[in-house]
Amino acid sequence: MRRSVALTVNGQARTVEVEPRTMLVQALRDGLGLTGTHVGCDTSQCGACTVLMDGMAVKSCTVLAVQADGSAVTTIEGMAHDGELHPLQDAFWENHGLQCGFCTPGMIMTAADLLAGNPDPTDTEIRHALEGNFCRCTGYQNIVKSIRAAAEQMRAASVGGGGQAS
Amino acid sequence: MTVTIGAPLRRKEDPRFLTGTAHYVDDITLPGMAHAAVLRSPYAHANIRSIDTSRAVAMPGVLGVFTGTDFMEYNPLPMAWPAGGSAGLQNNVNTPRILATDSVKWTGEGVAAVVAETREQAFDALEAIHVEWEPLPAVVDAEQATQPGAPQLHENAPNNVVFTWTVGDRDGTDRAFAEAEVIVRQRLVNQRLIPNPMEVRGDVGRYDPASGEYTIWMSSQTPHIQRLLLAAFVMGVPEHKIRVIAPDVGGGFGAKIYCYADYAMVLGLSKKLAGRPVKWVETRRESYGSTTHGRDHITYLEVAAKRDGEVTGLRVKTYANLGGRLSTIGPGIPTTLYGRLLAGPYRFPNVWCEVVGVYTNTTFVDAYRGAGRPEATYVLERAMDLLADELGIDPAEIRRRNFLPPDAFPYRNPSGLGRAPNGAEILIDSGNYEPALDKALAIAGYERLDEAKAEARGRDKYLGAGLSTYLEVCGVAPSKWIGAVGEGWGAAMWESANIRVHLTGKIVLTIGTSSHGQGHETTMAQIVAGELGVPVEDVIVQHSDTQGTPFGYGTYGSRSAAVGGTAAQLAAGKVKEKAKRLAAHLLEASPDDIVYESGKLYVRGSPDRAKTIQEIAFAIDLGFDLPAGMEPYLDETAYYDAPNCTFPFGTHVAIVEVDEGTGAVDLVRYIAVDDVGNRINPLIVEGQIHGGIAQGVGQALWEGAVYGENGALLSGSMLDYALPRASWLPDLELDQTVTPSPTNPLGVKGVGETGTIASTPAVVNAVVDALSPLGIRHIDMPLTPARVWAAMQQAKG
Amino acid sequence: MIPAAFDYAKASSVDEALDLLAADGSRALAGGHSILPLLKLRLAHADRLVDIGGLAELKGVAAHDGGLRIGALTTYRELLDSALVSQGYPLLAEATDRIADLQVRNRGTVGGGVAHADPASDMAGILLALDAAFVLRSRGGTRTVASRDFFRGAFTTALAPGELLTEIVLPPLPAGAGTAYAVQEQAASGYPIAGVAAVVRRSAGGCDHVAVGVNGVADAAYRAAATEATLRGTAGDAAAIAAAAARVAEGVRVQGDIHAPAEYRAHLVSVMAGRALERAIARSA
Repeated sequence: MRRSVALTVNGQARTVEVEPRTMLVQALRDGLGLTGTHVGCDTSQCGACTVLMDGMAVKSCTVLAVQADGSAVTTIEGMAHDGELHPLQDAFWENHGLQCGFCTPGMIMTAADLLAGNPDPTDTEIRHALEGNFCRCTGYQNIVKSIRAAAEQMRAASVGGGGQAS
Repeated sequence: MTVTIGAPLRRKEDPRFLTGTAHYVDDITLPGMAHAAVLRSPYAHANIRSIDTSRAVAMPGVLGVFTGTDFMEYNPLPMAWPAGGSAGLQNNVNTPRILATDSVKWTGEGVAAVVAETREQAFDALEAIHVEWEPLPAVVDAEQATQPGAPQLHENAPNNVVFTWTVGDRDGTDRAFAEAEVIVRQRLVNQRLIPNPMEVRGDVGRYDPASGEYTIWMSSQTPHIQRLLLAAFVMGVPEHKIRVIAPDVGGGFGAKIYCYADYAMVLGLSKKLAGRPVKWVETRRESYGSTTHGRDHITYLEVAAKRDGEVTGLRVKTYANLGGRLSTIGPGIPTTLYGRLLAGPYRFPNVWCEVVGVYTNTTFVDAYRGAGRPEATYVLERAMDLLADELGIDPAEIRRRNFLPPDAFPYRNPSGLGRAPNGAEILIDSGNYEPALDKALAIAGYERLDEAKAEARGRDKYLGAGLSTYLEVCGVAPSKWIGAVGEGWGAAMWESANIRVHLTGKIVLTIGTSSHGQGHETTMAQIVAGELGVPVEDVIVQHSDTQGTPFGYGTYGSRSAAVGGTAAQLAAGKVKEKAKRLAAHLLEASPDDIVYESGKLYVRGSPDRAKTIQEIAFAIDLGFDLPAGMEPYLDETAYYDAPNCTFPFGTHVAIVEVDEGTGAVDLVRYIAVDDVGNRINPLIVEGQIHGGIAQGVGQALWEGAVYGENGALLSGSMLDYALPRASWLPDLELDQTVTPSPTNPLGVKGVGETGTIASTPAVVNAVVDALSPLGIRHIDMPLTPARVWAAMQQAKG
Repeated sequence: MIPAAFDYAKASSVDEALDLLAADGSRALAGGHSILPLLKLRLAHADRLVDIGGLAELKGVAAHDGGLRIGALTTYRELLDSALVSQGYPLLAEATDRIADLQVRNRGTVGGGVAHADPASDMAGILLALDAAFVLRSRGGTRTVASRDFFRGAFTTALAPGELLTEIVLPPLPAGAGTAYAVQEQAASGYPIAGVAAVVRRSAGGCDHVAVGVNGVADAAYRAAATEATLRGTAGDAAAIAAAAARVAEGVRVQGDIHAPAEYRAHLVSVMAGRALERAIARSA
């Protein structure tokens, strides 16, 4: 009953053998050894398992690996490039946006989706976007602050980059 | 010189969490690892007639199916804090076994374990186990459980009473009430909470048949204690044969302090499988039944006072629900950590507290963030508001009138913090409560709230403000007190730290505390770097592995900075002393003439001939040229037993709006002015306060474990147990006063629990204030829209 | 939690999906956010999941007869991103942004939610108020069922075994109608305790179009006929709104649970009805 699922994970073509009932998060963790994506609940509430699937944040505990066949998946492990942290990772670090760290990968992946569509969100919009991500440590305050700071940095970088290009 | 202590440094441990390379228990995979799953009771109270595992054993991939009788070589779990006191008895019994054998006492108690090649196979096989049950009547409410005719859980506990514990002066308090000009009374429910660290609990156990040694990775706040308890009480294995590792731990909040049945279970299973490692990780739903819960008090509160608002007596009777069996320190929480703190920051001349610990058919209850102190603060801060309401005095004013004045310290409180038969004494060491109150009121615009209330009424909202002027005790100490106060607490309370300066120059600090989100790898490094005058980057902190770290009691009770941090500082002091002696030898001077400054040592007046601490360490570590009597290697250990507890305090103000139509409560503003003494890393301190407040607000407004009358946990998953979300919380407004603790040289107090302790009553007081125009004086938590609406309906008649 | 084992087949056409779904024990899988949580908790079982997620013909939002056709596999996110929706059906846009959370809206499909028929589902109340119709296909052919005939009870619909919801058809909003959705959610799950969607047109002669869909209150989402009748023909003033809102739970059995006892829920839905009606009327041009 095992099936082969082809994914592009963090830019690399990967194949993983799964049962039909295997969730994407288990395929990533057990099949591909990418344990940065966590499981925090059974009921699709907590968002610790959030990854980007074809650019959109999804709860990988509620997506079958077979459903993801052919998709591009980005996990927390794929956010930094050449040793340089993604602006979100950097902002979470600078602003103490994490404590125990368990929810952090999911928070960052959800924030990445938010900022892709809304580069300058208000605090209210950030908090609304985090509706499906639970954190028990931070009271969310520094997470919101981190996302706001990352957005600022990403906007500045894109303006700067555009300026250089023109 | 680099500023280290007091600097808001970003955390050293963060890169691994930010890049997904941290290792929590479930991230650990060992060669040949098998997977365990536990069958749990669907009944709250039942006898087990028989368990048929034959079908399950034959399922694909199944390596074995085991029941309670397969683990009889292990003892029942220990209970390490029997509440002593006047009528304490029979409380060190009725703890869980590895798996239940004859009967279950709550929904979710483990009765059988499957171990299989894969986790999927283990789960599949659970469904093939057949248990023949004899269901029994259940009771879930602590007060009801003590009434005649209630279902009985344990033969040795008539009326389900675990203990009756008292503290204070009964006669004096009775007199105060007899003479009181005014008395207020209220029944309060401090509802049961489910801690919900984002990482559930789990273990990987491995037995090495060759050496007879056991290794366990567990999601724990207390690895050293767990090794001790497993060795000495549960498994009967010498301590040196067990290694406990708490890898990265995804939050604990108290729920990961205890000795759980699964520890010995995975180790026993690994032994049964001839050394194959075994992993067990609970599911979230499973966790709701099998990991400890918190709070669950029913309290009858009485305050005696004069008409001018001066309090003269406090009388409290509490039914504390401890669940179906006792957890590791369950009885200690609603007694010592509750009753002895009931007087708070106020001058109560007389206090009498009686606590009845009770068995019910519910998950066992133990410490949850704050542990007894939130319950006490809730009682007291509600009491102050009830009294203010009764007398028509402003809630801020009534607190001010009753605060201990700044010259009252050291203060022996009347609810029993102080005395121990052996002379050990806990006195409230310092405090200055009014400045924090003033500051919080100013930030809140407390004087202008009437305008805000009127404006809100125009929008069909009721606005209210609530205060909490809390006093916390943390960094619980000293060992002499905690061991002798009559509580029979089975552990000491000191901490440890070891510093080795490697030949290659890094300063490696190993500690007995166990960080699980608090940032010890940064905070402790800041302490040592500050003491040794070296960059923080040069101090590496290692923890949470019993092999390689000195014994310590772990992280809980906001003790790690005050006790563990001081141990680190003392170890650094020893390093300095030894380095000075060697520097004196090399520089041909007297040690008294050696100056230690910014990581360099030189003879007074000759800073140009300085040697760095690393150069000195190199010389000591090599040992080519040591003074007579000096041992090689720069390696120093300090054990620190604090002489007293620490006492953070502060004022929190919540401002809420209640929707007249729906009863929905909106937390509009939240102001917190905390005095936690000196702050080692303000960034981390503020983060702790934020998170603590969110949890306390969660209790006030949303969270609550709900049992059906048959003992089913109706709030059995995150679909029915509401955790605070980002969009429900306002931006928290933090400020501080700083009264350094005189107890420890760092002047720190502890901050892990203040937010939780303070915020719950602040929010409830605010809602009651908002609804006071309707005549409402109390509503039990959580203040869900349905409850608030029902109270409004009742008030409106 | 881990579901019990099941088989999996991915359909490459609607016809193939219908063939696969004809077998006993087969269940359709779209975004998965209704069925997979139940399977994980082992509260539901399936012998085989038929993945219809790849069927492009069931995706997308298109203008149709002055209204909209929404493919059953259109995700909530795609609804939010659709200018046709935000411009033509602000009610749908307003309410969709409140459904579940960002991640679930990225995956969850309108058709999946409708077919699952959770009585609390926001979408059910909204589609009722919008007079939506559902296109159901089976191997025997295609039929269209009005939304008010579709929701039969908790997790029970007019869908026959082997039948697949393929499309949601929205008629044009009456010109000048105002819309609003008022909801209060259960804190833990985020599901509505009471949600009321209102479509009201108030013209010179008074309220001449009133449609009110209600979710979260009874064992199925429903149209509040008494409320509609009470408001219709009135000037839509505060007194008329109050009278209409008071009847919103008439004729249904209001549910109670640990979060909202029936008494509270019955009160709450009338408050939500009043708020939805008030806002819808205010928005009616």
